[in-house]
Amino acid sequence: MPHDHDHTEPPSDLELRVKALESLLLEKGLVNPDALNAIIETYEHKVGPKNGAHVVAKAWSDPDFKQALLTDATSAVADLGYMGRQGEHLTVVENIPSVHNLVVCTLCSCYPWTLLGLPPVWYKSAPYRARAVSEPRSVLAEFGTELPESTGIQVWDSTSEMRYLVLPMQPAGTEDWGEARLQALVSRNSMVGVELAKPASTLAQRDAES
Amino acid sequence: MKKFPGQPLEQDEPVFREPWEAQAFGLVIALHGQGAFSWDEWATALSESIRAAQEAGDPDTGETYYQHWLAALEKLTVSKGLSAPEEMAARKESWKQAYLATPHGQPIELKPAK
Repeated sequence: MPHDHDHTEPPSDLELRVKALESLLLEKGLVNPDALNAIIETYEHKVGPKNGAHVVAKAWSDPDFKQALLTDATSAVADLGYMGRQGEHLTVVENIPSVHNLVVCTLCSCYPWTLLGLPPVWYKSAPYRARAVSEPRSVLAEFGTELPESTGIQVWDSTSEMRYLVLPMQPAGTEDWGEARLQALVSRNSMVGVELAKPASTLAQRDAES
Repeated sequence: MKKFPGQPLEQDEPVFREPWEAQAFGLVIALHGQGAFSWDEWATALSESIRAAQEAGDPDTGETYYQHWLAALEKLTVSKGLSAPEEMAARKESWKQAYLATPHGQPIELKPAK
């Protein structure tokens, strides 16, 4: 059957809306095309949870840094080169045996982008935004995270000015590990607070397999 | 492990699902970087757009997040006087016509504005 080649099927309405906006803003000089491409490239490929894992592993292995981080996280991470583009402040909340921290943004999706990249789909969903506050323990259970009854859960609601990063508890048996090795135990989810850091055995197993 | 209801939990999920999401995202960061609006104004616009979508029946499971993002961007662009709804609608139509007028496989170019 002959295929009609004299036109191109227009993309979806959403795509057309973005193209319209983008072409108008570029034309008016309100957005610089190189800056736009650089931003997309950065968020697609360069920022991600590795930055946050670096911060957490350093806090585990360097008590002075940990103290600085808990006192003024914005400056402490800026010293490592991680600076928020939106001028937001960062607070690092430490998990301890009696308190587990969980981060949410109930209104939209404020998130420490510089340290964790862009938020996963579930973080942006209405069920998580509502239930993290109303029933945090059952949300944690759905991520496979069971906490002792004696551990309280503190929920932190992010805003455009204040973002939170959870400092998970350092897994047992990793006290003499170096920073690079520790980083592998720090998942994105553990820094949002829906999971714990991975146990030392995950790396031991990986070493045994390789 | 039980999944959070209806939500993918993959560690390596793509940051953007489709190119238009990346473009819409980048435009907001770029406009903010140029001082077109404060980040607080953006967060307010985005939460309003999410709330409006929920009220209109959107399940708001995170899949439609960039649709809310785009709606907030359009609204803020208008309220900041950077564009107007008519201008955006006309430009959208021009793009559509450009697609329809371009043979398959050729690059799509917008005709100079009238």
